[in-house]
Amino acid sequence: MWLRVSALVLRYLFLYRRSLARAGEIVFWPVMELLVWGFLTTYLDELSPKKPMVYLLGGLIFWDVLYRSQQAITLAVTEEIWVKNLLNIFLAPVSIFELMLATCIMGIIKSLLTGVLLSVLALLFYTFNILDVGLALVPFLICLLLFGWAMGMCTMALVLRFGQAAEALVWGVPFLIQPISAVFYPVAVLPPWLQVIAKLLPSTYVFEGMRTALDTGEVSLSLLGLALLLNLIYLVGAAAYFGWMFARVREKGGLTRLGME
Amino acid sequence: MPFEPGEWAPLGPAPGMVYSRFPKHRRGETGVPAAPVIDVTDLTKRFGDLLAVDRVSFALAPGEILGLLGANGAGKTTTLQLVLGLTAPTSGRIRVLGMDIEKKRRAVLQRVNFSSAYISLPTNLTAWENLLVFSRLYGLRRARAKILGLLERFEIPHVLNRVVGSLSSGQITRLNLCKALLNDPEVLFLDEPTASLDPDIAEKVRCTLLDIQHERHLSIIWTSHNMQEITNLCDRVIFLARGRVVLEGGPQEILDRTRADSLDEVFISVARSGNLHLPAVEATAPASAGIP
Repeated sequence: MWLRVSALVLRYLFLYRRSLARAGEIVFWPVMELLVWGFLTTYLDELSPKKPMVYLLGGLIFWDVLYRSQQAITLAVTEEIWVKNLLNIFLAPVSIFELMLATCIMGIIKSLLTGVLLSVLALLFYTFNILDVGLALVPFLICLLLFGWAMGMCTMALVLRFGQAAEALVWGVPFLIQPISAVFYPVAVLPPWLQVIAKLLPSTYVFEGMRTALDTGEVSLSLLGLALLLNLIYLVGAAAYFGWMFARVREKGGLTRLGME
Repeated sequence: MPFEPGEWAPLGPAPGMVYSRFPKHRRGETGVPAAPVIDVTDLTKRFGDLLAVDRVSFALAPGEILGLLGANGAGKTTTLQLVLGLTAPTSGRIRVLGMDIEKKRRAVLQRVNFSSAYISLPTNLTAWENLLVFSRLYGLRRARAKILGLLERFEIPHVLNRVVGSLSSGQITRLNLCKALLNDPEVLFLDEPTASLDPDIAEKVRCTLLDIQHERHLSIIWTSHNMQEITNLCDRVIFLARGRVVLEGGPQEILDRTRADSLDEVFISVARSGNLHLPAVEATAPASAGIP
């Protein structure tokens, strides 16, 4: 199994080594985002006595981990469709689990690369230290990775089912949940009915927990526990949804259509 | 010196021998037909109201080359998808190398391979990177010698470190075939492997493939719209129309039976009428689904 998983990881690493555009996805956009938000928060810090920079930059770096994790899964499949290699992959003795595992490993690699890069730049440019989050940093990041995988599986299922017509979802789905995940502001600022939805997302508890940790230096175990529990539910649900959708795609002959379209 | 087909290809058949002169399907030393490597029984696939494959049955013997023919929309691509387990059948049974494709798909895929003119290897990776990844996907740990040997065999060793996107279509086709042979498959599915190739490269590809098929007693399902190629290569052909097998037999047997001058003529007749309506012949019921 590990030989096949490592082969798939190698395939994606070769891609990033050969393609500046793909590498830019890991470096260019996150850095540009950091610069814009960083300078904006520097300005806001001057205006506000509450110093919002730590919340905004912390939220930005955490958000990018979630986003890269989701992207790694969906872009892996979308890439195979773009280069007409999907059938070669599905006609090799690779299980869906192995494919998922490889893309999840890519998610970890991409999230780590981007996260470390942004953290270093935030420290250099804005003296913001992500390690101020404290001990909660690692479990919170794991929660975001897990939620990114769950979202990635759902998006990948939709891409397999609807093909290139669903490609907008690859980029769109994370932004659907961003406003209600309380990334840059507390969940309390949302209207009450939206707070109910927000509390169904594990990401909300992570961002709330991050702000608590930055404020008090303490880890909220209840927030962490809720995030992990919800992640478990979302992962099981996403895997089941993917399995169901994949069976439907096989029934409709969608793999060949996608592989040749 | 006048050009002699076959002379340019030391990797092909013996000098002076072109692919059409290769011995066709052999039953083995004992003359007893071996168990089929592919056994399809009453295969049916329905997409909503459309009956894409309608009770198709056929078998492929070890070392046999079977041509799967039909006009666009006749059902041959769907049949291939079903046999490879890419699409789930509505009903019927598919056994490949003695295994049920629905239950043992990965075990089957480890021992078969596929190449199509219509799918590609990632164009942004080099030939070496692509073949390295696929060799690992097929469980080969030390694949360098194998990869180099296959590239040599298809006369493209110089593309090793070139990005696939910079290769000609002929080189890409041959690279796809190298990928398809990495795992020493027992059954090879070739979907129009010579489509869009110039006659010279097409001939080289056919020769090399036949050479390998001959050495390894490889079973091949070959789809093509080039009837001359099918006539020369295949031991047996199946014509599909509207999802059904309308004609089956050896190329010469079909020509004798239909009294057509060429398989092109048979193809056109089947494609236009959905069945066989050649002037001198009554529609012939498909031959038995078993191995001839």
